[in-house]
This record gives sequence, structure tokens and C-alpha cells, in this order.
Amino acid sequence: MKRDFKFELDRSEVLPLLVGNPKDYLFIGGLGGTARDTTRLTDGGDNLYALGGAMGAAAMMGLGLALAQPNRKVLVVTGDGELLMNLGALATISVLNPPNLSIICVDNGHYGETGYQTSHTGRGVDLEEIAKGAGIMHTATVQSKDQIENGAKVVLKDDGTSFVLLRVSTKESAPRKRNLDATACRIAFRNALLS
Amino acid sequence: MVQCLGELQALKPAISQKVSYLEGKGDKSMSTTTKTWQEEVYELLRKHDVEIFGYVPDAGHKYLINTSIADPAVHAVSLTTEEEGIGLCTGAHLGGKRAVLLMQSSGVGNTINLLSLVKLGHFPFLTLVTMRGNFGEGNPWQFPMGQATQAVLEAMGVICLPAWTEEDVLPVVEAALTMSFKSGNAVAVLLTQRLLGAKEF
Repeated sequence: MKRDFKFELDRSEVLPLLVGNPKDYLFIGGLGGTARDTTRLTDGGDNLYALGGAMGAAAMMGLGLALAQPNRKVLVVTGDGELLMNLGALATISVLNPPNLSIICVDNGHYGETGYQTSHTGRGVDLEEIAKGAGIMHTATVQSKDQIENGAKVVLKDDGTSFVLLRVSTKESAPRKRNLDATACRIAFRNALLS
Repeated sequence: MVQCLGELQALKPAISQKVSYLEGKGDKSMSTTTKTWQEEVYELLRKHDVEIFGYVPDAGHKYLINTSIADPAVHAVSLTTEEEGIGLCTGAHLGGKRAVLLMQSSGVGNTINLLSLVKLGHFPFLTLVTMRGNFGEGNPWQFPMGQATQAVLEAMGVICLPAWTEEDVLPVVEAALTMSFKSGNAVAVLLTQRLLGAKEF
């Protein structure tokens, strides 16, 4: 593992600080921990579409949504395991570089949903470097409290796509009941946005 | 791929002749220029407000891909894998726009689990699939996925509409547009090798 990786921050505390006002965004939440994170952030609001499966889809859903809604800011919150499953999405997104798209990867170095097996990031893979290498215009890593302010600034960038890697401990976000009806959530999201 | 393209070029006069004949019978065009079915398909997709074209490079989709790249009114999204196209199309739908995924039959295999999202969420979804391992295929490596393409799509709830001839293509694509975006289904148009021409080996 790289020596400078710190998996210490509490996702429940830091993620809201990176996001600011959740009402400013259309959210795509990855499955598992980030679905809970985003459900809590938005209070289960209709500006969130969170996955319960289809692992790997979150970042590209964010791209589709960002292209379809150029006047709204789109924020994808996904985990290290999900992003690792579809790293090519970073390349695809970088080529289009939509200015209204930001991605926060909540990286606890583990596959939490399946029993906390160590993920590749827990073994030294640096997803911010991969995002940079893919050409994502703005990137940052937040793994200590003094980096939160810069991370929040990067999320707000509006002249190109941004990517923030948030390294956190394995402490889970508090359980939050969410609607797993993918059709009802789709209709609610669209009704809130389009009608 | 190059050979396949060559065959397409060779087919062009015949296709143009047929389209021209069809146009002559119809009342929609006062133009005397002949169009290939690929040109007609692009116009049809645009007429139905498809604004996002996700694609994995493919010789059979060359016209649609290049035209979408050159069209400032649409987004052409080059994908590293077909799986990304499912996220792209579903995300676009959440944002109120219509997208199409252009892929080859071998790429269908890369989309299977993500089609869970389309099926469970009842997302309207349209894909145009150029077939391999199909009519007259000479490369044995193309058969396992090519022959399984329709079965796996149907297993994941995607309705398959094959187009076997040039005359089939426009009505099939138009039907697919209606069945997906108006009726809310997941629909795949299978552009067969009888239509596209099989690559020679």
C-alpha cells in the first residue's frame, strides 16, 4: 500500500461538507454505501437516483444526465469498488468533459457490501491518479480535514468535469431507509425535474 | 472491417435505387436525391428527437457514428465498452432526452448485468445492433456471441426486431422508436448480416 494513503475520515461528516447544499444538484448514487450516503444527503429527495444493483453504471448515468441537463449541476457519488468495475467511464467522460458534471468517489479501500474484503485501492491503487491520467480536468484527493476546503472547491468547478477522491474509514454511514423500487424512483426523479 | 465496408460500398447503388423507388411512391419527399438506408435511419432517429448517440466503433455503424460526430445538434459519445452505453442511455432518460446505443452483437455480451437497470426501472431503451456470427459469417469466433445475442437480450427483457433486407430497415427502426420511446420498452434492432453483408474470410 502507498504510504501516504489515509483511510481515516468519517464519510458521514465529510461528504456533506464537500457537497454543500444538496438542493443545488441532481444526484446519481452508486449502490451500497454511497446509496445510503446520498439518500441521507438528500433526505430521500427526488433529486437523487440511487442504484441498488447494476454495479458500475453510476458514473455513466451521470454523464447521460449531465448531457441531457446542461443547465443543472450533476453530482455522481460512487464507491471505489463500483468505479474500479468501470474505469473506462473516466476516459469516456473526460473526452466529453461536461462542465456540469462532478464525481465524488467515496473510497474506503474495501468492498463493504460483501464483507469488507480489501479492494484494489486498499492495496495501493490511486483512483485520483487514474482520473488524472484519463484527463479529467479537475481532480483532488481529500484524506485529511485540511483538504476538505480544496475538495469542496473542486466539486464546484464549472469549466470542466471534476473528480474528488474522498478517502474514508470503514465506518459505515448510518442506516437509512430507501426506496428500492427503481421504476418509482425513475418516475419521481423525472416528475420533479421535468414537470 | 475494411472488407465489410467495401461490401457496403458495393451495395450502395442497389440500395440507392431501392430507396429512390420507395421515395417515388411516397409523398414525404420532393427531393430527387437518392439516400442510402443509413442516411434515412439517421434522419428518422433525429426526427424522433434522438440527441445522444453512444457508440463503440463498428464498420456497420460507420455512417451513423460519423454523422452524429459531425452533427452539432447531437452528442456523439465514444464508449470504451458497451456497458457504458446502458448508463449513458438511462441517465439521458432521467434528464428527459432520448439516446440510442450503437453496438455490435459481440458487445451485447458486455451489457447484460447493466440491463438489470433498464428492466427493473422500466427505462425506455433503444439499441441498434450490427450482427456478426449470423447470415453467411465466415469467422467461427463470431458465432458463440452472435448466435446468443437475441437470446440474451430477450432473457433481459429486451424486445428484438431483426431487419433482414434494406426494405425492412426503416419500418423496423420506426417501429422500435415507437415501442421504446412511446411505449416505454427496451428494444433492440438487429441489423443482420444478410442486410449488411458478411465479411469475407
